[in-house]
Amino acid sequence: MTREQLRKTEGVIAMSLSTLAALIGLFWLVFILGDVLVHGIKALNLSLFINDPAPAGVEGGGLRNAFIGQLMITIFATLIGVPVGVLGGTFLAEYARGRKIARIISVLSDIMVSVPSIVIGTFIYAILVRQIGHFSGWAGAIALSIIMIPVVLRTTEDMLTLVPWTLREAAFALGAPYYKVIIQIVYRGAATGILTGILLSIARVAGETAPLLFTSFNNSFFSTNMNGPISSLTVTIFQYAMGPYDDWHAQAWAASLMITIFILFLTLLGRFIIKWRYKG
Amino acid sequence: MAILSKKNPIDLLFSVITAIASFSVIIFIIGILFVLIKESSLSIGKFGIIKFLTSTDWDPVKESFGALTNIYGTLLTTFLSLIIAIPVAIGIAIFITEISPNFLKGPIGIAIELLAAIPSIIYGMWGLFTLSPVMSNHVEPFLKKITAGIPFVEILFRGTPMGIDILTASVILSIMIIPFTASISRDSFNLTPSVVKESAYAIGATKWEVIKNIVIPYSKLGVFGGIVLSLGRALGETMAIAFVLGNNHRITTSLLDAAATITVTLANEFAEADKDIYLSSLFYLALVLFVMSFITLAIAKFFLLKAERKYSR
Repeated sequence: MTREQLRKTEGVIAMSLSTLAALIGLFWLVFILGDVLVHGIKALNLSLFINDPAPAGVEGGGLRNAFIGQLMITIFATLIGVPVGVLGGTFLAEYARGRKIARIISVLSDIMVSVPSIVIGTFIYAILVRQIGHFSGWAGAIALSIIMIPVVLRTTEDMLTLVPWTLREAAFALGAPYYKVIIQIVYRGAATGILTGILLSIARVAGETAPLLFTSFNNSFFSTNMNGPISSLTVTIFQYAMGPYDDWHAQAWAASLMITIFILFLTLLGRFIIKWRYKG
Repeated sequence: MAILSKKNPIDLLFSVITAIASFSVIIFIIGILFVLIKESSLSIGKFGIIKFLTSTDWDPVKESFGALTNIYGTLLTTFLSLIIAIPVAIGIAIFITEISPNFLKGPIGIAIELLAAIPSIIYGMWGLFTLSPVMSNHVEPFLKKITAGIPFVEILFRGTPMGIDILTASVILSIMIIPFTASISRDSFNLTPSVVKESAYAIGATKWEVIKNIVIPYSKLGVFGGIVLSLGRALGETMAIAFVLGNNHRITTSLLDAAATITVTLANEFAEADKDIYLSSLFYLALVLFVMSFITLAIAKFFLLKAERKYSR
């Protein structure tokens, strides 16, 4: 083979391998989603949403308690996490803009985003569950909100930075104090971006299991009491998948399907909003 | 702008509130570190630091605890998953930036990022009920067959293929971290100035030579940062491998054996730890994990920031 042919062959091989890599990535996505879809749809029925779990080993029953519990934990986590995150991001992008402290907090938040969520579970167990003496929905919601805060904080910071500084100057020139400028001008300009960040952060925590294992724990009965242990879809999936009954496995698949659809929907929605608002 | 505004009382109040909100991140990090040290003090006092980190004991009955089996499992699964994931992730990045037609770039990028959005418990379910049987019936016997007789490599695949083992867990982890490495590599590749690439094409370089000699060297800081970030994510992954790792506190040489990672041990044993020293040792494990992943993620962030500064020049 001549040198040219060798170089060309090498190129073709490398390009084919890269294409293969992309196909492998897509293969895993289709494999996992397809599998969840096939198993999940088979197990979906009305009883899943309107009934509470049957006693262990008995056929039937549903996961109403887990759906409601998951919803409550996620909503309360959002109610705690979003205001703290948005306000924190505001400080970094506005009052502390360009200062060293803003940079440090920004970097630390990026690290916090990836800190193992199970560690946050143990932390909340030590400071809340242990002190109160029992598992509680609040502990779960707070654990999730700690995961949420850095995510919301960083996107808020980025989105506020995108709002042109001249817009603020125009408002200052009219004599508006800074807080009014932030709330009435800057937030309005960055609203879509902040909302997207919130959607993505909800998607991020809604599928978390590890931080709930020792905080909200699980509850086989219907409960809306955030002061006691409360059931969640993810922990129920963990328990049911480990369990010995086929019926449990089927319900775990159905729950997996619902949670996957919810999260992928939020993620795609967030992506499309970004695309529509900032690139298109 | 002054960090705390003093002109207007409401403005002062608002700036203080936002400042408190943003300092919460620092408070959490220091709080986690402080609480974990405090909770594990009983175990630190009994087993020390060096002894805990190097002991393979994990015996709740004899109340003797060491972290080595957990650390070993964590590092081994992470390392294997990186080996599997890195070539695929970089291949994906090359495909998206250099090969794919324009209309496919966006959709494929989103598809790969969706892999990161799937909750880890779903990976766990899929791994236990779908991947694990495939591994034990097809992949693992095949690997055993082709490695049989090769010295040293053979040891890696000794034992019965059960599907509940280090190899299966590493494969699942590798799928989970592909999107992190791939999307950061893609973004770094995209930042290579086209003038430099075009100059190489002009002197007759093939596409692969441009990637190999221009794009990858130019973006290596970013790619490396992406790999270290994936490493940090893999260290702390819990639910995806909790089902398929087995929670076996022994150091094993075969990839077909069950093992334990720090995260899986915590997930399985934390809620049922009945003795103070047991619970304290679990907190100690969580502390080790927190420090390990924090340092890894800080290194990743360092490289990514360095890359950012280089490209923005």
